[in-house]
Amino acid sequence: MNKIWLVIQREYLSRVKKKSFLLATLLTPLIFPAIMAIFIWIAVEEKENQALRIIEVVDENDLFFLESSEQYAFSFSSRSVDEAKDLVKNGDRYGFLYIPKINLEKPEGITYYGEENPNMNLISYLRSSLKKKIEDQRLFESGIDPEILSQIRTSVDVKAITLDEGGGERVSDATVNYAIGFIAGILIYMFIFIYGNQIMQGVIEEKSSRIVEILVSSLRPFQLMMGKIVGIAAVGLTQLLIWIVLIGTLTTLVTGILGMQMPQQQAMELAQGEMTQAVPDTEMGEILAVINGIDFVTLVASFVFYFLGGYLLYGALFAGIGSAVEAPSDAQQFMLPVTIPLIVAYMGLFVFVLQDPNSTTSFWLSIIPFTSPIAMMGRISYGVPFWELGLSMGLLILGFLGTTWLAAKIYRIGILMHGTKPSYKTLWRWIKSSY
Amino acid sequence: MLEIEKLNKSYGPNRALTDVDLFVPKGVIFGLLGPNGAGKSTLIRIINQIIDADSGSIQIEGRKLSPSHISKIGYLPEERGLYKKMKVWDQMLYFARLKGLSQTEAKKRINHWLEKMDMGSWREKKVEDLSKGMAQKVQFISTILHEPALLILDEPFSGFDPVNAEIIKDQILELKQKGITVILSTHRMESVELLCDQVAMINKSRKILDGSIREVKNSFRPDIFHVSLEKVESPLPVSWKAVEEEGQWHFSKSLDGKTPNELLAELMTYGQVSRFQEQVPSMEEIFIHQVKSGEHE
Repeated sequence: MNKIWLVIQREYLSRVKKKSFLLATLLTPLIFPAIMAIFIWIAVEEKENQALRIIEVVDENDLFFLESSEQYAFSFSSRSVDEAKDLVKNGDRYGFLYIPKINLEKPEGITYYGEENPNMNLISYLRSSLKKKIEDQRLFESGIDPEILSQIRTSVDVKAITLDEGGGERVSDATVNYAIGFIAGILIYMFIFIYGNQIMQGVIEEKSSRIVEILVSSLRPFQLMMGKIVGIAAVGLTQLLIWIVLIGTLTTLVTGILGMQMPQQQAMELAQGEMTQAVPDTEMGEILAVINGIDFVTLVASFVFYFLGGYLLYGALFAGIGSAVEAPSDAQQFMLPVTIPLIVAYMGLFVFVLQDPNSTTSFWLSIIPFTSPIAMMGRISYGVPFWELGLSMGLLILGFLGTTWLAAKIYRIGILMHGTKPSYKTLWRWIKSSY
Repeated sequence: MLEIEKLNKSYGPNRALTDVDLFVPKGVIFGLLGPNGAGKSTLIRIINQIIDADSGSIQIEGRKLSPSHISKIGYLPEERGLYKKMKVWDQMLYFARLKGLSQTEAKKRINHWLEKMDMGSWREKKVEDLSKGMAQKVQFISTILHEPALLILDEPFSGFDPVNAEIIKDQILELKQKGITVILSTHRMESVELLCDQVAMINKSRKILDGSIREVKNSFRPDIFHVSLEKVESPLPVSWKAVEEEGQWHFSKSLDGKTPNELLAELMTYGQVSRFQEQVPSMEEIFIHQVKSGEHE
């Protein structure tokens, strides 16, 4: 036990002390707030430096009206098409919208002319304004008062309440649950791949530099393998913890600073908010209710469990593969059985689990140990019966005990084998043999 | 010190060791000889408990080989290496602690050895920045830091330049003075003759001979004497194929069932014997002879 501890320490310290670890750990969390900051900054700059763009509108129907916005103003006239085009060409107008005489039932020939390619915003604004006007007009012509229609339009919001076994009710929201499952699943997937690879690289390093024979004369191969797996897990957990703390702090900090730099923007939002205040308030309240409704203890505990369980299950396999080959490039042929279930789990998360967490496919994906670490995290925030969670966790434990047993059998022989490229057949012989 | 009885090991259909018996007394340097693939490495790995034998028994200091012996054995494998990115000091500490030394004791001994071998300035260097010879020294020290009672060296001189090989040889002899038993596996017969007290030779999974260097050499005496005669009075028999050189006749003569004294008496009847020397085989010759005769079987 003492020796495993020594191996864990070495594996942990030799990685954490590396400059590359420090860089990756400190810079990665900076990237998200930095990207956010850049986007906000660009948006603010653009708004501030924007000149009002005037668009000439020639409507031969005398029907349409386009509301001017902060960015675009619409000037209506009855100029000829050529005159209007000239205005655009000599720069007096940003663009020119030509609406010929149209049949409301089949509007054709509406054209926008501009010096630059028009952006999506403008086009979709034009399209929706025109569409609305045409619809209103047609309703009017068929005898329905648009006023009445707008009164009839109602906003419907379906509140989702999940009944749990204890008879309690909690508010749930597909978006929040989706986000939780999405983030947790991806984190576990990435962690397994990145750190699984580190295990493999480490094993290959010890094997190819021939340190391993000295090591196994001091401790059992199993101790060496487990020490490495656990040590690298500790590196990953450290990195995750630092990321969570840093991203949290930085995001708060960045949004805080930018918030102070944008008083006008905020003022504007506030002014707009007066009319619509009621809406975001209830939305916020709902999200808060949803977040309150989530059983965080179960969620966090499950995350840690599946995070480690999945890592251990696959980590052992990565160690086994590393021991069988002499160079990372030789490892490719054995990677398929490891990467395929991982990718199945990852795809399954998006295609099945997050779409319908309680479907049969989702159920099996979250029960089978090779896919459960990723798939179950997609279901957990929607609420999973305890027996399913128990079964899935139990099988995962059995799963990683199984892969560790299997990997250890390959490992103890593989690390001492040089000069032969093993095939699956050789691996199978190693597993069966008592060395 | 080390007693091995009827050790067998096979890898699938290939036999690596067949009924190997071996007795290594305490405090000797024991040469383990044999061509590549003879089974030496397998034997060494079994003693180091890296792999298990199929059958047979091993005893160290009268007790059955067990994990508690790990801290008493020092092992320098033929294929050896260090962590390239690790510092000399950290590396030595790691190996020493894996062999069961406490942190403080390990540090004390590493300091002692670094001083002794004049390597004090290397401690913060990474292995990748050391020359091959320097790395080998670090490796050797790492092997003996825990002061093993049994030291197993597999081709210890490979990779060393003559100067460093000499230093390592002195260290091995010094360890022997301290009562440490050394098993030396090597192809280099000149170091066997220089260092070893006893040898065993393994070929094709079997032990084919063992004993002290003198015993082995004796058992391989071809019973041939190199003779020089002066003042030869009667002509020598043609079958002796004697060659004359400045009044001296040189030739080799087999005992042909006689004792050396009888042969000498016979020679004296021809002239004055100025040289009468038995031909002693070198370990190298014995080695090659044994391997070759093994091939003819």
